[in-house]
Amino acid sequence: MDAKGIAERLAAELGDEVAGSELEGTDPFTLVRPESIAHVARFCHDDPELDFDNLMCLAAVDYPGDDSPRFEIVYVLFSYGKRHRHTLKVRVPREQAAVPSVEEVWGVANWHEREAYDLFGILFTGHSDLRRILLPDDWPGHPLRKDWEDPEFYNGMRVKPTEQMAQRATAGEQIGVGPFQFTPPNRHVEPS
Amino acid sequence: MATEAIPLNYGWRLEDLDDDEMILQMGPQHPATHGVLRVELKTDGEVVKDARIHIGYLHRCFEKHAESIDYAGVIPFTDRMDYVASMGNSLGYALTVERMLEIEVSPYVQTLRVIFAELQRIASHCVAVGTYTMDIGAFTPFLHLLRDREKILDLFEWTCGARLLYNYNWVGGLSHDIPQGWTRACREFLKEFDAITFPELMNLIITNKIFIKRTAEVGVLPVELAKSYDLTGPNMRGSGVPYDLRKDEPYCGYESYDFEVPVGKGEYGPPGSCFDRNIVRVREMAEGSRIIHQALDRLETLEKADVREKVPKRIKPPKVDHYGRSEAPRGHLGYYIVADGKGVQPYRVKVKSPCFTAMSVFHHLARGVFVADIIALIGSLDVVLGEIDR
Amino acid sequence: MDLTYAFLIDLVPGWPEPVLLLLAALVPAVILITFMSLGPILYVYAERKIAGFMQDRLGPMRVGKWGLLQTIADTIKLLFKEAIFPRNVDKVLFTLAPCLVVIGAFLGFLVLPFGPQLVAADLNIGVFYLVAVSSLSTVGLIMAGWASNNKYALFGAMRSAAQIVSYEIPNVITLLTVVLMVGSLSLQDIVAAQAGGLQNWFAFRYFPLMGIAFLVFYTSTLAECNRTPFDIPEAESELVAGFHTEYSGFFFSLFFLAEYTEMVVLSAVASVLFLGGWAAPIPALQTIGPIELGPIWLIGKAWLLVFTHMWLRWTLPRLRVDQLMYVAWKVLLPIALVLVVAVGALTLWGPTADGFPWDQIAAWLVTLGILCYLGLLFFKARRWQAARIREQAA
Repeated sequence: MDAKGIAERLAAELGDEVAGSELEGTDPFTLVRPESIAHVARFCHDDPELDFDNLMCLAAVDYPGDDSPRFEIVYVLFSYGKRHRHTLKVRVPREQAAVPSVEEVWGVANWHEREAYDLFGILFTGHSDLRRILLPDDWPGHPLRKDWEDPEFYNGMRVKPTEQMAQRATAGEQIGVGPFQFTPPNRHVEPS
Repeated sequence: MATEAIPLNYGWRLEDLDDDEMILQMGPQHPATHGVLRVELKTDGEVVKDARIHIGYLHRCFEKHAESIDYAGVIPFTDRMDYVASMGNSLGYALTVERMLEIEVSPYVQTLRVIFAELQRIASHCVAVGTYTMDIGAFTPFLHLLRDREKILDLFEWTCGARLLYNYNWVGGLSHDIPQGWTRACREFLKEFDAITFPELMNLIITNKIFIKRTAEVGVLPVELAKSYDLTGPNMRGSGVPYDLRKDEPYCGYESYDFEVPVGKGEYGPPGSCFDRNIVRVREMAEGSRIIHQALDRLETLEKADVREKVPKRIKPPKVDHYGRSEAPRGHLGYYIVADGKGVQPYRVKVKSPCFTAMSVFHHLARGVFVADIIALIGSLDVVLGEIDR
Repeated sequence: MDLTYAFLIDLVPGWPEPVLLLLAALVPAVILITFMSLGPILYVYAERKIAGFMQDRLGPMRVGKWGLLQTIADTIKLLFKEAIFPRNVDKVLFTLAPCLVVIGAFLGFLVLPFGPQLVAADLNIGVFYLVAVSSLSTVGLIMAGWASNNKYALFGAMRSAAQIVSYEIPNVITLLTVVLMVGSLSLQDIVAAQAGGLQNWFAFRYFPLMGIAFLVFYTSTLAECNRTPFDIPEAESELVAGFHTEYSGFFFSLFFLAEYTEMVVLSAVASVLFLGGWAAPIPALQTIGPIELGPIWLIGKAWLLVFTHMWLRWTLPRLRVDQLMYVAWKVLLPIALVLVVAVGALTLWGPTADGFPWDQIAAWLVTLGILCYLGLLFFKARRWQAARIREQAA
């Protein structure tokens, strides 16, 4: 099925759990209401025409500014049987972000949701083992948020570079000795 | 079932253990865990009752870095994720961004990309199969395969100057063209590979009775579990599903090459065992050699083009997000890139690495096997921690 | 020993007898052990070079011409290394364990006959002594694993104990076949019974029964020495280093020494029992003038078997613990039992008076039976394994 067909089927079967689709663009997606993502996921998995038996990617994106500050959780689905793919998106507010877990539907969501919790702080309700996966267990905060500031120290180790260190890193000064001297190009670009 | 995050001291406690049980840590430093991986095993003598994986020892904040560098500057960082097979990583990223920018590269660049991707696949499988046989106990095939990997790395070094982390596939082209005489050296290598290495490998270890006994009934991965836990690449094909992105969603002109996709058939035991995953990798090496022969022939018919021709001076995609995937040696490597249309840096780069999902199924496979089989399992899933932790 | 006693009597006739006896016992033992402890220097170098050549590389090349001084350099390094004692180890056991292993390995040399009269101790229960002494190193291994206060070391020690104990049984039983043929436990008698040329060697008698016995014995010695494919106790990639994980410096070098010495001892025992000992394959080559070539023949045969040890190590992968036990109890043990009965029967009744080769036919029939049994195991094992997998997956 093409994207239009999938979107129509979702809208037809799930009614108001689905909040619209966008079919233009490189990746057509369907917006799903946060509280019903588990049901929608289960439907996508079990429905014989959609047959999405594979969750390719579960990504969380942070949109802090704009008009509607939110986390967007993106589920990229794929079907081995029907060889079609589709994207579902869930938008949750940045404070108290909580989304039902889809771990029961696709086993791989277990680790993906743990990573989203670890790096963004999104709570997945119904998850069997929601704890940090990549960062140390006692790391403060959730780093991949756009408003993240490095802590000064972590367990006695310096994390945030001092002013002096930060200046040296971006000044583009020459480093190295003798025949190995060179000026590293400054690839760090100020956010515009 | 948790409605909130689980507190810090969650874990197995010594008081909860039965009389015979023991908690064994195969710690971050271990000769056989292919990187810094911590496996906690609850064993009853030699039999494993439960296993828990702890990752994150190699987390280098790739995704956060990518948000503060421009699109072209991300490519060296992608190399460092799966450091054993770097060409595949940068290829996947370049393809995704090119799709967002709607750039089409010339057939010359496409053919070169195919050659390098397949050479990298052979080199990566050399490490995978070699270290796997070393974990099983046979030390010799590792050195024979590494000898061939050295030849491939020499070819890479001749082209782009680096042996392990190449920064080669750029958005819109490649960083260097192949030098004069490169195709001849490549054909020499392939001749030796086809004539000596591959038959030797099959005779020495793959058809060895002890090796088969160690691997052919261990770690059977049912197809449903593989699909649910998103195992891809040789892990999935070992269980019998013939899905390969190079055939089913071709990129870089793969549809015009004649090759087969090896699938595990369960010749010596149930399909989906460690042996099947391993034999899929071994056969993929032979198929890779086939593809490179065809690509080299095609290269002679194409006219030489400038490989940096279509590389944009300033990469500024429109406000789109795209999930693009490619067939890396370890599975389907996916990049979900969000562009905000305003800046020259990506807004968000999320990497779905095949080893991450492969590791997530481990606790299912590890129940009821021997401690020696744990090693066989981790090796057969072919994990590289750089990719899991990013 | 008798030789030394006779020599000493001539040399210093006045000394009291107990002293002479003591010297006669000690001197050959000391000479033997000195020479044999220098052996591992050669064997370690040989192993590294053989491994290198099999792996398409050169091995040690830098220390001395062709790396000949490599092992000496390694020995010096190990001796000077700090012998680390982890905090909670049992100090007495920790120190005693390598000593036991080394002693167990070296004691075997004392009864090996190097020539018609060149034995350190010509015991008339030589075989019995050998069997008893080779179990001593097992005790040392378990002590090492337990005393290390380390789960990995304990794993390795337990695996090793199970393995060695299981493989001693086919070892001893095939040894019995030789004893049955000779009728004596003394090693000198065993070698004397094989003198006269290649066809008299026990490995080629009652062809192919004693050949199978030799193979079973050799496989068991592979397991006794913890060599691949039976090197589960020191499986590098699984348990770091098994029972000797926590040892460093001098104690580690003792374990190393013991491993290579045990390899040589058991290979020498195998060549004494099955390959003729100090007897030359052609009787004419036994002596060159007055020089007895016996020791050279024995050491040459032992080195050939040691080379095969190394060859197998670098070729074959490792067996898993349950597969190891399977091989010992279900393959080697039944074969050994059948062999003992068959060889005993053949020795008792022997060829009949009319010259018809009943014994040859009987030998081939028994071999056929063994092959049928192995075939049965193979097919039944596959079906049994398949059933186990099915019930596991269900």
